[in-house]
Amino acid sequence: MIIYGVALLAFCALLGLVVGDTLGLLLGVKANVGGVGFSMILLLVLSDVLTKRGWFKPVSASGVIFWSGMYIPIVVAMAAQQNVVGALKGGPLAFLAGSIGVVFSFALVPVIARIGRGKREGGP
Amino acid sequence: MMDLIHQAIIRNGLLTGFIVVGALIGISYVLSARLTRGRLHGSAIAIFGGLLLAYVGGRFSGGKNGIADLPAFAGIGLLGGAMLRDFSIVATAYGASFDDLKKSGLPVVLSLFAGVTVSFICGVGVAFAFGYRDPVSLTTIGAGAVTYIVGPVTGAALGASSEVMALSIAAGLVKAILVMIVTPFIAKAIGLDNPHTAMIYGGTLGTNSGVSAGLAATDPKLVPYGVMAATFYTGLGCFLAPSVLFLATRWLFPG
Repeated sequence: MIIYGVALLAFCALLGLVVGDTLGLLLGVKANVGGVGFSMILLLVLSDVLTKRGWFKPVSASGVIFWSGMYIPIVVAMAAQQNVVGALKGGPLAFLAGSIGVVFSFALVPVIARIGRGKREGGP
Repeated sequence: MMDLIHQAIIRNGLLTGFIVVGALIGISYVLSARLTRGRLHGSAIAIFGGLLLAYVGGRFSGGKNGIADLPAFAGIGLLGGAMLRDFSIVATAYGASFDDLKKSGLPVVLSLFAGVTVSFICGVGVAFAFGYRDPVSLTTIGAGAVTYIVGPVTGAALGASSEVMALSIAAGLVKAILVMIVTPFIAKAIGLDNPHTAMIYGGTLGTNSGVSAGLAATDPKLVPYGVMAATFYTGLGCFLAPSVLFLATRWLFPG
């Protein structure tokens, strides 16, 4: 049944967020640390285990796949509620402070990606 | 009659949200095919359209939540809010390769530290250029350049002024919005077409909304990898900015 997939997804999402909040609390950080990341790993592991045992059928999976497909519309809705006016009101200081870091970060991506790949393939 | 329809729209906000977003995405895909011959992804145009709506909504309502502050569009606030966003992001992990995730572990940690530090330094540098000299304001604006959550969390911890807090949040918003818009254009140049680079990208850029929307507009298959890495970024920023990075800033600029 579709609800099994939705319920599994909700369980993983909620548990991961609780783990992230707890980690933040332990580290003395006022933020969720890695919550969604833990949720994702949990979903990957649990769905794999349940599928192998034959308890997670394709119909159940469609409950997860539906929400995965809703991701882009949800992101569009998220974009529509950003504080764009506030960002523009910050003026040149906010614009430069936000954008210069983005430029350098983009430039770093291929550099770090190469380091990782070089290590993994081991040698020339 | 108009009033009756208006009431129905408001009372069933989430349904209105589905229609508005569905229509926006439909229009965007037509524009993508007709005007750019598919070169610019339909979802990139839709996200940009969302940001435009957010601007219009913010202008009309004077609030902070874009179009969602107008009563008729409040459902968009629920649809794009933190709960359903996290729910659907987790769902994208279904079918992702666990092996690909494990392989990139160490470089991702490196990218997280490098990304937070580089953004912070750029933010501090710009604040300095604009005349700020006290370590608390410099750190708060630098933290805002990390993400718009790290900024106010750091500012509150250090006791920054509300004017500096506002600037720091604005810097983080600029970053998030810029990442959403720029990623699809720059993806090819930085080799963003595989899970490994997507994870490095998520770890380096880190701003959750920016990364999730940027990847959605580039290649939805890469979303779980980038988001998985980015999910640690704001936490790391909240950890580093008021501690190590603040001490370093105070050492460099005793004020």
